[in-house]
Amino acid sequence: MPVPIQHPVDILRLNTCGSVDDGKSTLIGRLLYDSRSLMEDQIEALERSADLTGGGRIDLSTLTDGLRAEREQGITIDVAYRYFATPRRRFIIADTPGHVQYTRNMVTGASAANLAIVLVDARQGVTEQSRRHTCIASLLRIPHLIIAVNKMDLVDWSEERFIEIRDEFEGFLPRLDVKDVQFIPLSALTGDNVVEPSNHTPWYPGPTLLGHLESVHIGSDWNLNGLRFPVQWVNRPNRPTDPELHDFRGFSGQIAGGIVRVGQKVMALPSGQVSTVKQIWTYDGPLQEAFCPQSITLMLEHDIDISRGDMIIGPDNLPGASADLRARVCWMHSRPLQRGRKYLLRHTTRTVQAVIADIEDRIDMATLEPVPDPAEMALNDIGEVRLRTSGPLVFDGYSTNRLTGSFILIEPGTNATVGAGMLFPPTEVVKPEYSDFAI
Amino acid sequence: MHNYHLDHLQYLETEAIHVMREVAAEFERPALLFSGGKDSICLLRLAEKAFRPSDIPMPLLNIDTGHHFPELNQFRDHRAGQLGVKLIIRTVESAIANGTAVPAPGEVSRNRLQIPTLLTAIEEFRFDCCIGGARRDEEKARAKERFFSFRDSFGQWDPKNQRPEIWNLYNARLNPGENMRVFPLSNWTEMDVWEYIRKEELEVPGIYFSHPRKCVRRHGQWLPVNDLVPPKPGEQVQDLVVRVRTIGDIISTGCIESPARTVDDIIAEIAAARVTERGSRADDKTSEAAMEDRKRAGYF
Repeated sequence: MPVPIQHPVDILRLNTCGSVDDGKSTLIGRLLYDSRSLMEDQIEALERSADLTGGGRIDLSTLTDGLRAEREQGITIDVAYRYFATPRRRFIIADTPGHVQYTRNMVTGASAANLAIVLVDARQGVTEQSRRHTCIASLLRIPHLIIAVNKMDLVDWSEERFIEIRDEFEGFLPRLDVKDVQFIPLSALTGDNVVEPSNHTPWYPGPTLLGHLESVHIGSDWNLNGLRFPVQWVNRPNRPTDPELHDFRGFSGQIAGGIVRVGQKVMALPSGQVSTVKQIWTYDGPLQEAFCPQSITLMLEHDIDISRGDMIIGPDNLPGASADLRARVCWMHSRPLQRGRKYLLRHTTRTVQAVIADIEDRIDMATLEPVPDPAEMALNDIGEVRLRTSGPLVFDGYSTNRLTGSFILIEPGTNATVGAGMLFPPTEVVKPEYSDFAI
Repeated sequence: MHNYHLDHLQYLETEAIHVMREVAAEFERPALLFSGGKDSICLLRLAEKAFRPSDIPMPLLNIDTGHHFPELNQFRDHRAGQLGVKLIIRTVESAIANGTAVPAPGEVSRNRLQIPTLLTAIEEFRFDCCIGGARRDEEKARAKERFFSFRDSFGQWDPKNQRPEIWNLYNARLNPGENMRVFPLSNWTEMDVWEYIRKEELEVPGIYFSHPRKCVRRHGQWLPVNDLVPPKPGEQVQDLVVRVRTIGDIISTGCIESPARTVDDIIAEIAAARVTERGSRADDKTSEAAMEDRKRAGYF
């Protein structure tokens, strides 16, 4: 009998990445199957397709390889999301393909993750794909990393082989910014060390994959220092006959950093106008304070001109404001990124025009070393770029705040999302013109 | 003492409100697809949370297949009236009558015929965005859906060519004739929906709770007997105490035997359930790729 779910309190978002045939889909299928998150009809559908195509053997990967093209080619072509819960936690899995041409999907799947699982085939060891995925996980600042050394059954559960692969990773990990790494020897096919501890690895004392997922401390991923409130939608009921709503003018949005309190001073950027928080309005009643990532509606004491795309900030931990930006960009389109090209840049709730001033370097995935002054950046390249925008952005470094330190680039005309950017910290912060605003 | 921490429902709620407000801010003529089912009931509450004290800045749209449970349509009209939102209904019946939807010979199901009816309604009102209540946990093709799902000028979904969706930055830009489907409940599971209904004390149609109904056993499920589903020769009509877990058309929605009479009962039942929600929908059982094919053609 399954264990009834007892109101798990937090959500862990994780991302699985690996090369073709590393067995990602099988691993996820195994997690769902062994944690009893599969339902009778899903098992039935598995068995039905096994009878038709698989010569009777249940193929766990068909649980996640949902699209017809994927089943035909036996690969995963887009991010698939899976949901499961144990009595301790709820999980959102973004299953991302390891295919070279689909690396952009890994960025899609991993951008919001707390944890990434990089799968390695024990027979193959570290490949360029494993380096690339580890590198992207580090650039996206995913706080926790698991290196799952899969198919251990095919190397006779060799401790030596496991250590060899671990050493190879440890050779390049110091060059990346990864804080918490766990290596786990397992077999998705047989289930060893996935949910149940393996009898084949007496030399491995560590947790099983699920055990680690359930217990890893995810703390708070959200930045609670320095209020950042990008205005999303101006809330004006416009009902002149209703005395209560006659003057209602609120600014709706999701807090992207920090805490806001009734009575505190705030400043709207880029205008620099100052006011005080009169009320934090929500459908469930007014709040005394609200924090990232809550969605609220702010009412201010003064009638100042604020619209979508503006940022309301507090007096501490001031952001940067500049039209000259430096960022790490992951390129996601077959038309390459070149100097002088113009794009639309979407940052928080604001969209501006941007021109590529320079491409400083491009990371060589084989060595993880930057190659200076590349002619262009191709699909799946990652590099450092200088941009100039049509108006100043109010931003933080991505390392300080994922929400105010990230942007996407959109190609005018096709409207394709062509790049993802992570901003470097500002060289100087906003200088409030009002002396009473600064502490 | 405040711990600045959101539990899973609060997290899913703020994510969905953010998505709803993006729609209001980025699109000229959005609509919210409201069927009266449990997912779209949650959507309406999220719309209230996103936009109050203003009016919900978009009409509700329902494609009536003519095979809806009458209880569902009653609830749909009642809830729209309560909120004071404009409700637009377009029927498959009239789409067939005026030739925009053409049934195949012998085609009884209205499932496929909803597609041209929806696309015609989108053209008629020039909607550039439709908010829907689909969840990724429902089905394998849904699992690959984005929050902002781009459709070309034929209403088609191209799973190989989806826009990357990174952080909470949604690319809502369209060229004329193109359309966006937006799914604020993408990350919700069936359990989350019921826990949210309990937390918000939301009213739901009575057919979600156990009630007596005449059913026949067909294709491994209990189908409700009615004018559209008469018993076939040899089938035995049974008096059962059932409820529906997911509501599709009356000809394809299986009932489950259940004593669940309250939201708490339903939550306990789901926690112990061994069949997924769409397992009681005959329309998905046809083939492994059934949902993918419908979505490519412009299904919700």
